[in-house]
Amino acid sequence: MDYIYHEEVYKLKERLNEIKEEALEQIQSAVDEKTLQDVRVYFLGKKGQITEVLKGMGKLSKEERPVIGQLANQIRDEISEALETKKTKLEQAALEQQLEEEAVDVTLPGRPVQAGGPHLLRKVIREIEDLFTSMGYSVAEGPEVETDFYNFESLNLPKNHPARDMQDTFFITKELLMRTQTSPVQARTLRKHEGQGPVKIICPGKVYRRDTDDATHSHQFTQIEGLYVDENIRMSDLKGTLNVFAKHMFGEDRAIRLRPSFFPFTEPSVEMDISCKICQGEGCSVCKGSGWIEILGAGMVHPNVLEMAGFDSNQYKGFAFGMGPERIAMLKYGVEDIRHFYTNDIRFLKQFHGV
Amino acid sequence: MLVSRKWLEQYVDLDGISTEDLAEDITKAGLEVEEVRGPVLNDENIVVGYVQECVQHPNADKLNLCQVDVGDGERAQIVCGAPNVSEGQYVVVAKPGARLPGGLKIKKAKLRGEVSEGMICSLQELGFEDKYVPEDFKDGIYVIDEEVAVGEPACPLLNLDDAVIEIELTANRSDCLSMIGVAYDVAAVYEKDLKLPEPTVYIENELSSDYISVEIENDKANPYYGAWIIKDLDIKASPLWLQNRLISAGIRPINNVVDITNYVLMEYGQPLHAFDYDRFKSQKVVTRMANEGETIITLDGEERTLSPEHLVITNGQSAHAIAGVMGGEESEVQDDTTTVLLEAAYFNPSVVRQGSKDHGLRSEASSRFEKGVDITRVKEAATRAAQLLSEIAGGKVLGEMVEKGSTEWNPKIVEFTASEINQRIGTEIAIDEMKNIIERLRLDYEVNGESFTVKAPARRRDISIKEDMVEEIARLYGYDRIPYTLPEGVMKKGGLTPRQKLVREVNQYLQKAGLNESLTYSLTKEDWANQFVSPEIKALGLEPVALALPMTDLHSHLRLSAIPELLSSVQHNVARNQYNVALYELGSIYLQKEKDQQPEENMRVAGVITGLWEDHPWQGEKKPVDFFVIKGILEGLFVHLHDEEVAFEKAELDRLHPGRTAVMKLNDDIIGYVGQVHPTVQKEYDLQDTYVFDLNLDQVLEAVQYREDYRVITKYPAIAQDLAFVVDRDLPAKQLEDAIKEQGQPHLETVRVFDVYQGEHMEEGKKSIAFNLIFQNDERTLKDEEIEEARQKIVKHLENEYQAVLRG
Repeated sequence: MDYIYHEEVYKLKERLNEIKEEALEQIQSAVDEKTLQDVRVYFLGKKGQITEVLKGMGKLSKEERPVIGQLANQIRDEISEALETKKTKLEQAALEQQLEEEAVDVTLPGRPVQAGGPHLLRKVIREIEDLFTSMGYSVAEGPEVETDFYNFESLNLPKNHPARDMQDTFFITKELLMRTQTSPVQARTLRKHEGQGPVKIICPGKVYRRDTDDATHSHQFTQIEGLYVDENIRMSDLKGTLNVFAKHMFGEDRAIRLRPSFFPFTEPSVEMDISCKICQGEGCSVCKGSGWIEILGAGMVHPNVLEMAGFDSNQYKGFAFGMGPERIAMLKYGVEDIRHFYTNDIRFLKQFHGV
Repeated sequence: MLVSRKWLEQYVDLDGISTEDLAEDITKAGLEVEEVRGPVLNDENIVVGYVQECVQHPNADKLNLCQVDVGDGERAQIVCGAPNVSEGQYVVVAKPGARLPGGLKIKKAKLRGEVSEGMICSLQELGFEDKYVPEDFKDGIYVIDEEVAVGEPACPLLNLDDAVIEIELTANRSDCLSMIGVAYDVAAVYEKDLKLPEPTVYIENELSSDYISVEIENDKANPYYGAWIIKDLDIKASPLWLQNRLISAGIRPINNVVDITNYVLMEYGQPLHAFDYDRFKSQKVVTRMANEGETIITLDGEERTLSPEHLVITNGQSAHAIAGVMGGEESEVQDDTTTVLLEAAYFNPSVVRQGSKDHGLRSEASSRFEKGVDITRVKEAATRAAQLLSEIAGGKVLGEMVEKGSTEWNPKIVEFTASEINQRIGTEIAIDEMKNIIERLRLDYEVNGESFTVKAPARRRDISIKEDMVEEIARLYGYDRIPYTLPEGVMKKGGLTPRQKLVREVNQYLQKAGLNESLTYSLTKEDWANQFVSPEIKALGLEPVALALPMTDLHSHLRLSAIPELLSSVQHNVARNQYNVALYELGSIYLQKEKDQQPEENMRVAGVITGLWEDHPWQGEKKPVDFFVIKGILEGLFVHLHDEEVAFEKAELDRLHPGRTAVMKLNDDIIGYVGQVHPTVQKEYDLQDTYVFDLNLDQVLEAVQYREDYRVITKYPAIAQDLAFVVDRDLPAKQLEDAIKEQGQPHLETVRVFDVYQGEHMEEGKKSIAFNLIFQNDERTLKDEEIEEARQKIVKHLENEYQAVLRG
């Protein structure tokens, strides 16, 4: 193949190479996509530089044309590729800049979630409710303004009974009072069962005593009581039940101790202590050196209470227990002043919202 | 009850039992020990000394130089500053090496140039409480007024080596309000012998009945009365041992006669009273109910007005004592008394209780009578006192106490079988062990096979039914030994009722919505009790329930709304710079619909919010609470409970902002309100804008509908349309919304307000309100024409009915 090219061929070749140089230079120096677009139109567009060159091919011979055509295509491809590469580069740079601009100080505080939460006493009560309902107990409720009959008489505390001194009562009339305990709910519930066992309930609620409010006394507080009446209920059943309760509320490692006590509505009556968490039974200031902390009162339901509620006390026996959620909360969390439970200081309330 | 270990040891041998073990063991048996005190001091370097010589210190006006015999021929020179020290006194000397209760260690020292080998002590320095220090020794050293051996350790002499156990007795164990009663229980716990006093007294030939007769007018109030005359008494301080005993029991010694009656009170639990016979001025005791308005001046100098509910001891004319409660001043034993009339009686517990209650006098005596003393030991206690009056106070005891009434006691018979007891406790205690326990308790009993019959003595009047014996046997067997079991009955389904579950739902919803569960007092101030009361409650026209005898005006009436106390809680927080507060309370209000009848209790939920609702300052998100925040919470609650038909209507209520308050209605019944606290009321509480709600939860819960079906999520597209209207400013948005909903049927799914504008560029008295409408059909794609048709219907209706102008 020994062609002697027409001089025009050399000129066109030269022109194409110039275009390439020029285009690559402009692409190289482009700073944005708009410029790239302009470059594309200027060199590769329908009226672009390369098309211009191709128009000059008319003067060439049949053999010469493909040479220039090939070269033009090659250069077109090279420019296109350069444009693509540059475009990707610019996009990458723009993305990087965007990411950089979007960066946040991750150590700044997040947007607080506006959540409320439960009151500590109600939390304790619900926990006790959940334990006992899981053991087949129901939750019974009753009025806070009670009759003398349900608050006292039905619980083996006839009028003028000396033990009424133990509870200083807010009376409304001679027969109406603010209940001093949740036990009247037991009496009411027993009555509803009309002498038919079993009765398995716990009764949480507010109670009232004629006290002056201070760090350890509150004229209003809460109680939660339990009652189980059935045939053949034994004192050992009470002990076993209280043991389940104590371990659930205070931890598996705590021991319980029952001591004889006295309540008019139970006989025998007991008080339950749990081993002191602080000293583990060694004796410390929290447990006053005894190694034990008093938690609740309990006992076997007095036959008079059963009979008055319409139960045959020969056939049915029962146990009952009662405790103060305030005391449990104070022991569990070290709360030192009972008034905190009723002041609703947000700084106090919030502390018990979590687990 | 304070129990001295040394005193207790008179009756029970406690050798080898530490005081700590004793405390724990009796606690477990039912005598709860509150505290163990002492021994205060037991130091052998503290001894009895004899002041042989006492001269003034050569270099100090106020000091004395004493030569003191401290035993074993030892003589110590002691510098003493007490004004009452003098030659010939027996004193308490702390020798070098002794350590006093305050921690002071005694050393040989030089005081103003003179050697001092110890210290002559005052009672305070030895650890006595001020109230037990006799007047004569308050400002000086203690002088022993008894024959004592020089060099003898002084701590036992002053009972400083004793330990005192404080027992918190339960109401049923009044038998342990005496040393003998405690001794019975301790002997039972340890299975020990019991050495009880056996009082005997030398009696003169002269007869008490020559001096006194007794007449009982009301033998129910006063079943037994004994009067004994003791003459030739020498009133003075009691001997040390007696004073020690009383101090250990927490009683201040006074003089020998009074101390002896107190001693017997503590030993037997039997209150006695000594009248000065000459001041009694009569030869007869008449016990009777007081006359209405009769008066007596009691030992404390107070004049007391009596009534026929009170039993009095009279000399036939005037009252000389309120029986069992307190004696009269007129016949009080004084330093010059020589003859006493000793009263040993049994008074009815409830009569004594009435007397002590009405006069606000609770004494060691009355508290024992109230619980019932051991009637079978009244005479023995009197004999014990007579014996001591003769031995200690030089009294001559005249023959035969004069008695009226009876000290007989009908013991309660309790029958049970061993298996019954075991069944009830959940144990397998052998019959022999039960017998042993009953014997240890010193109860009379018979046993036949496994059947027991117990006769409960007067000292144990708490034992009257089978269950009492279950307790006696269980407590001595040991509660520790009772096994742990769970009831074996039929399984019963428990759990929460649907209503209780809903209440928990409400709690959880409100907490998630951002409110803090709170508890306030049901008893509030009288004016607060009737404030912020919801209209449906107000309409009942009830007065708040009032306490008969409140402790304080702050808690005298039962609330009709929780809002006032909740606002007070908010005020508490804001005053402590806690400005963003959101509280709610779920609790009762008390509706007394008929006078003196038990009120109905209405469960409500009340809430209060103040301050910022959203507070994220560094991103510029700060939004104070407004009406729509609190309304949104309530709307969410109703959605949660599927109570969606609750409507909010503008309302003007007392103490609430007239333009920012609504009542909530369910089926046309008002069920509560929501709104801003009136600005003037906010000022009263020092609060910024504060919003409250009070909702009748009973009614809300009744209307709850449970979700019972499910709607398939449609695959056809929803079509949205926005419509904005210009309407009168006062036109409630809800009316437009309801009208749009109605007109947009059957395909209009939801209507939502998305813009409200009034003010600039808006005609006076007008507002623009824009709605976003979503059309949907579950079965097919809606056609444009259907939407357009609905749209036109809506626009036309609103133009006609509300003069609404559609905005372009």
